[in-house]
Amino acid sequence: MNKRVVITGMGIYSCIGKNTGEVRDSLYAGRSGIILDPVRKEMGYRSGLTGFVERPVLKGLLDRRSRIMLPEQGEYAYMATLQALKQSGIDDDYIHKHEIGILYGNDSSALPVIEATDIMREKKDNMLIGSASVFQTLNSTITMNLSTIFKLKGINLTISAACASGSHAIGLGYHLIKTGLQDCIVTGGAQEINVYSMSTFDALSAFSVHETEPQKASRPFDRHRDGLIPSGGAATVILESLESAQKRNAHILGEVIGYGFSSNGEHISNPTVSGPVRSLSMAMKDAGLNPADIDYVNAHATSTPAGDASEARALYTVFGEAKVPVSSTKSMTGHECWMAGASEIVYSLIMMHDGFMAPNINFEAPDEDSAKLNIVKTTTEKDIDVFLSNSFGFGGTNSSLVVRKWSK
Amino acid sequence: MKKNEEIIEQINHFLSEEFEVEKGIISPNGKIKEVLELDSLDYIDLVVVIENNFSFKVKPEDFTGIVTFRDFYDYVISRVNSKELA
Repeated sequence: MNKRVVITGMGIYSCIGKNTGEVRDSLYAGRSGIILDPVRKEMGYRSGLTGFVERPVLKGLLDRRSRIMLPEQGEYAYMATLQALKQSGIDDDYIHKHEIGILYGNDSSALPVIEATDIMREKKDNMLIGSASVFQTLNSTITMNLSTIFKLKGINLTISAACASGSHAIGLGYHLIKTGLQDCIVTGGAQEINVYSMSTFDALSAFSVHETEPQKASRPFDRHRDGLIPSGGAATVILESLESAQKRNAHILGEVIGYGFSSNGEHISNPTVSGPVRSLSMAMKDAGLNPADIDYVNAHATSTPAGDASEARALYTVFGEAKVPVSSTKSMTGHECWMAGASEIVYSLIMMHDGFMAPNINFEAPDEDSAKLNIVKTTTEKDIDVFLSNSFGFGGTNSSLVVRKWSK
Repeated sequence: MKKNEEIIEQINHFLSEEFEVEKGIISPNGKIKEVLELDSLDYIDLVVVIENNFSFKVKPEDFTGIVTFRDFYDYVISRVNSKELA
């Protein structure tokens, strides 16, 4: 007997806000978190555009040992998880007595690798790298750090699936709970945003060079889009079996009812239509819903010419004439990469809770593919009962999640 | 040559900074592991701060006989002096 999987907590630390309240206001106002970073231009970036996320001050919140082992994105993940656990009502005592897991999306930790390499090259004595670097550099840095900080005793695993990492983390957590293997899992995604983290991506000329107006540069689905804008932070979603949540009288924010995944099986970076169509169809089948049942789609659309066009075609293939409202919050946040699949669940949950759809800002003129979609241009009041969120990544990894408003 | 008092003051300063403790809790007879709450990983960082401050290399096994801060001061002072005499 499958279990129902509900969401009992969420946390967010992003370029449009450092908690759900700030993020809600930014989403409602259609406020961009994108800046032009002069340091990136000095370092040879083709595009100096980026989301701006302030580093949190953790002294006073965490002891020295815990702090020095956290890389930048780990700090964001800690802040988001602190918020999410608090909202869910899960405290240290509950964690001590229950087997709570963690599945978090992360796919790089560039800065500490570079810092350690600099010491290695200069000093020729690896001990001088210090004790913390190895715990910052490993790709599983988020889960290894958060599981020890919060003393988690269930599944402990990092999900690396490029820009679909956060979404797959939630999807896999959903399955572990649905099948009864875990009762509660901390899921999410984190993304570093330092100047070293995005140079290899910049090398592909993937970023928008619309530098004169940074807040207008991210324009998913718009005819004049010219690339994505890197961004970062972290988002945490607490997944829990319905029985577990009800047993402790937790407030339920929503229910995960569908997860679809697929691999394109083609080019490493060029998108396809068929891959996303399969993940979308699988998620819809899992949720047992028809296209008209979806009230809002939070698109993956990153503002790249090819990616947005492929997703538009995939959405039209699956949803056809249902004219489901679609927006990409990346128009405000930029592309939060490994974190995006989790943050966009948080953004959509906020919209569901507050009864509005955030706008796809900078969408001024459609192209032939986006013209077939019902794109939300301005903030729109809407009672969202069910939303779907897409995430796609390099290597052709696709993930689609369906979440429903909680009702007994 | 640096006076021993100056070296001890420098040690107390960097230990306080690195391990985030008040200087006042450091005393010659105090046990360094307990007072600074060092775990096995922290000894690596101790090696790093010594080298960064005094420019001599430390092997982890050098810590074997060091229990108190006085032991630690004596070790560092002897290494500093032998380096300066070399």
